Amino acid sequence: MSAVVAEHDDHHDHGPEKGLLRWIITTNHKDIGTLYLVFSLAMFFLGGAMALVIRAELFEPGLQFVEPQFFNSMTTMHALIMVFGAVMPAFVGLANWMIPLMIGAPDMALPRMNNMSFWLLVAGALLLASTLFMEGGAPASGWTLYPPLVLQTGAALPFAIFSVHLLGISSIMGAINIIATIFNMRAPGMTLMKMPLFVWTWLITAFLLIAVMPVFAGAVTMLLTDRFFDTSFFNAAGGGDPVLYQHIFWFFGHPEVYVMILPTFGVASTIIPVFARKPLFGYSSMVYATASIAFLSFIVWAHHMFTVGMPIAGELYFMYATMLIAIPTGVKVFNWTATMWKGSMTFETPMLFSIAFVVLFTLGGFTGLMMSVAPSDFQYHDTYFIVAHFHYTLVPASVFILMAAAYFWLPKWTGNMYDEKLGQLHFWLSAISVNVLFFPQHFLGLAGMPRRIPDYAVQFADWNMVSSIGAFVFGFSQLLFLYIVIKTIRGGTGEKVTDEVWEDASKHSLEWTLPSPLPYHTFTTPPKEIPTEHF
Amino acid sequence: MKKTKQLFASLFLMSLGLGTAKAEYTLNLRQGVTQISQEVYDLHMLILWICVFIGLAVFGTMFYSIYHHRKSKGHVASQFHESTKVEIIWTIIPTLILIGMAIPATKTMLDMDDVQDADMSIKVTGWQWKWEYEYLDNGIHFFSSLDEASNRARQLGSGIDPRSVPHYLLDVDHPLVVPVNTKIRFLFTAADVQHSWWVPDLGWKKDTIPGFINEAWTYVEKAGTYRGQCAELCGKDHGFMPIVVIAMEQDNYDAWVESQKAGAEAEKQLADKEWTADELMAKGETVYANNCASCHMADGAGMEGAFPALTGSSVVTGDIDAQIDLIYNGKGMMPAFGQMLSETEFAAVVTYTRNALGNSVGDSVQPAAIKSLKSSAPADEDEDEDDEE
Repeated sequence: MSAVVAEHDDHHDHGPEKGLLRWIITTNHKDIGTLYLVFSLAMFFLGGAMALVIRAELFEPGLQFVEPQFFNSMTTMHALIMVFGAVMPAFVGLANWMIPLMIGAPDMALPRMNNMSFWLLVAGALLLASTLFMEGGAPASGWTLYPPLVLQTGAALPFAIFSVHLLGISSIMGAINIIATIFNMRAPGMTLMKMPLFVWTWLITAFLLIAVMPVFAGAVTMLLTDRFFDTSFFNAAGGGDPVLYQHIFWFFGHPEVYVMILPTFGVASTIIPVFARKPLFGYSSMVYATASIAFLSFIVWAHHMFTVGMPIAGELYFMYATMLIAIPTGVKVFNWTATMWKGSMTFETPMLFSIAFVVLFTLGGFTGLMMSVAPSDFQYHDTYFIVAHFHYTLVPASVFILMAAAYFWLPKWTGNMYDEKLGQLHFWLSAISVNVLFFPQHFLGLAGMPRRIPDYAVQFADWNMVSSIGAFVFGFSQLLFLYIVIKTIRGGTGEKVTDEVWEDASKHSLEWTLPSPLPYHTFTTPPKEIPTEHF
Repeated sequence: MKKTKQLFASLFLMSLGLGTAKAEYTLNLRQGVTQISQEVYDLHMLILWICVFIGLAVFGTMFYSIYHHRKSKGHVASQFHESTKVEIIWTIIPTLILIGMAIPATKTMLDMDDVQDADMSIKVTGWQWKWEYEYLDNGIHFFSSLDEASNRARQLGSGIDPRSVPHYLLDVDHPLVVPVNTKIRFLFTAADVQHSWWVPDLGWKKDTIPGFINEAWTYVEKAGTYRGQCAELCGKDHGFMPIVVIAMEQDNYDAWVESQKAGAEAEKQLADKEWTADELMAKGETVYANNCASCHMADGAGMEGAFPALTGSSVVTGDIDAQIDLIYNGKGMMPAFGQMLSETEFAAVVTYTRNALGNSVGDSVQPAAIKSLKSSAPADEDEDEDDEE
């Protein structure tokens, strides 16, 4: 049917533009998805290089390589680039590629805006990176940009703030596009409760983004006027309130960290059933759990600020509310476990990364639960314990799932199979080294090492050395990933993959009903049937 | 591998519980030296064990499944899914566990919050990058910064092995001294940016925030020296503003109070005497190293784009009163040193900067002149704007 329509369609844009121009002016969701993914991978290596500067300096006590101010710039830029340049855009890239395919739509609802949101991201990220070369150095106040410290930034401050604005606009545009696509372009018969979970988690994520990015933009704009226009929003001497900034920041910041984890849940819920050869255990409870987590993310922000001196009622409220997050998160972990139970599992690279995600994300969840207890948090706060916690929820969780997604869908996108042996090598190198890197940081934090310090007392030396060794192994292992991806794009193992790629995958989601490699345009007519495996 | 990791993890967690950790490879939270820190430690262990228990159950199930329910063993997938009963069970049980956690946590939280009936109060002010302590009951007042040995060793490329420095980065020139068995209330604020005052053995940290006064309390039962650090990023030397608390028996503490008072009196006397230029220069060198060198650098070269050079600076080599005014009242990122330094230290460091670091103006200022400045004109923030660089 679709072939018939195409023959009668005499538009000139059947295929992509030739040459470089294709990538600049493209409005095709697959091209833009690729742009996002390639860009985020580049940023992942840039942010990773900064992490290695940090870990090199912390390899031994004493200052060996960099001045403390530059060290602080590295921690700040590493975080900003990883959050806004690597992890978030990578998930937007996946959304671009997969949402239209999963809901049976020909493209995103707003293709031109899609292009614009990508190029604004590039502009914002380049502007941010350029602050490294400015007088006074890049921002060095931590990615939270707390005043009054951030107001001591040199020439970089307005540029960093403007780059946050650009990145925010880009994210909001992406979110609007995703919501518009999901609400308007689903295949007939695909009700909301029949959407794949990746689509569901992104729908919820997009609402989080729209709700909180403007809040962050507002906060940094107030920093801008405090610095340049003599306002005193956050200046106590002028009647302002430095703690107000922290409340605003974390009202943004807590949903923001869930922006990086909710789509992760969606991908894990997509991959695990395929390799367990079973339906997801509880589809609707997964949807409700995701929505609950998203709702809770708006009412727990001050658990990042237990030590600022809130009234006791505030401390207790934020402690209780934070503890509640454990319940829907537990539901998710139990669901993945129940999905594996009595399955017929195979352990290809995407499944390995997904299982590692479930285990290591749960470890990060445990430390999160420990920190929800406000009196204990008075000890954990601002130490390496929290550094270990959020890296567990970001690296072996979000980043591992991004790797899983790449291995899972690359054969579909390119029509070529990746090298399974190399993929498994990449997995084991990453899974072992990431634990060598981050697990000892729990001990360092508990033993009393504050975060964001370029040098430390000698009793912290041993675990720091172990952690740094893990960091270098992990960092260089990712070059193997780059190699595998390039090799796959260029033909992979030479084995041509089937349309399904993975056994019975077409029972799980629509993209596997399409040819491999995917044609430039897909679902120009909607699919007649949608998979019902999970319902 | 997963199993091995699991085994390793549970083994190490057990070693935590048994407290067999060696000194160098410290693994667990400190129990500390107060009742509160002990309560916090107990809470920490309670929740750690809950997590270990849940972890063993969940991961145990998962790895059993990974081992047995695999295609290579010929296991056929069963297609069960959706069970409201199971979903309800795994929602209710965690809820009950959370309630079990929240009860002791609330109790400890309420204890920590109760600053009533303190026997003495100490005001702590965070500065970039040192601590100011003010004993509100007896007027003792001093600044506490990183000790000189650590400060020398921590410079980039110093060539000094940190391991050769006792208590590297955890020692200060003036420790905070407190009596044991006394309820001490702390009041926290900051002069410039946010800091956080943390001594792990006391069981908590508290942020020091400009414009805010935060409260916390402690009751140390055991005499000893307890070390901590600033925990909130506060600029380039955030890692170099440690905290040392010495808890003493009441007798020793009283003697310390007397010696501090006598010392303050002697310092006042010093300000009245006539100082020679050499004396001022000698003292000024130390004052400079402790207060100025972290920004303006040991050789006065400053840091381009951030901190101006003092060598050849128009302020330092210009009118001495203008220089005194700028150091006294501060300007922009330059803190106001008027209340931070004693009259003698102030005069010495002004004299030093004008006649060292490559400058040779040749004049000097007497502590007595600073003293009269202090008594006549208290620091006035509003005048800062008029200062010319």
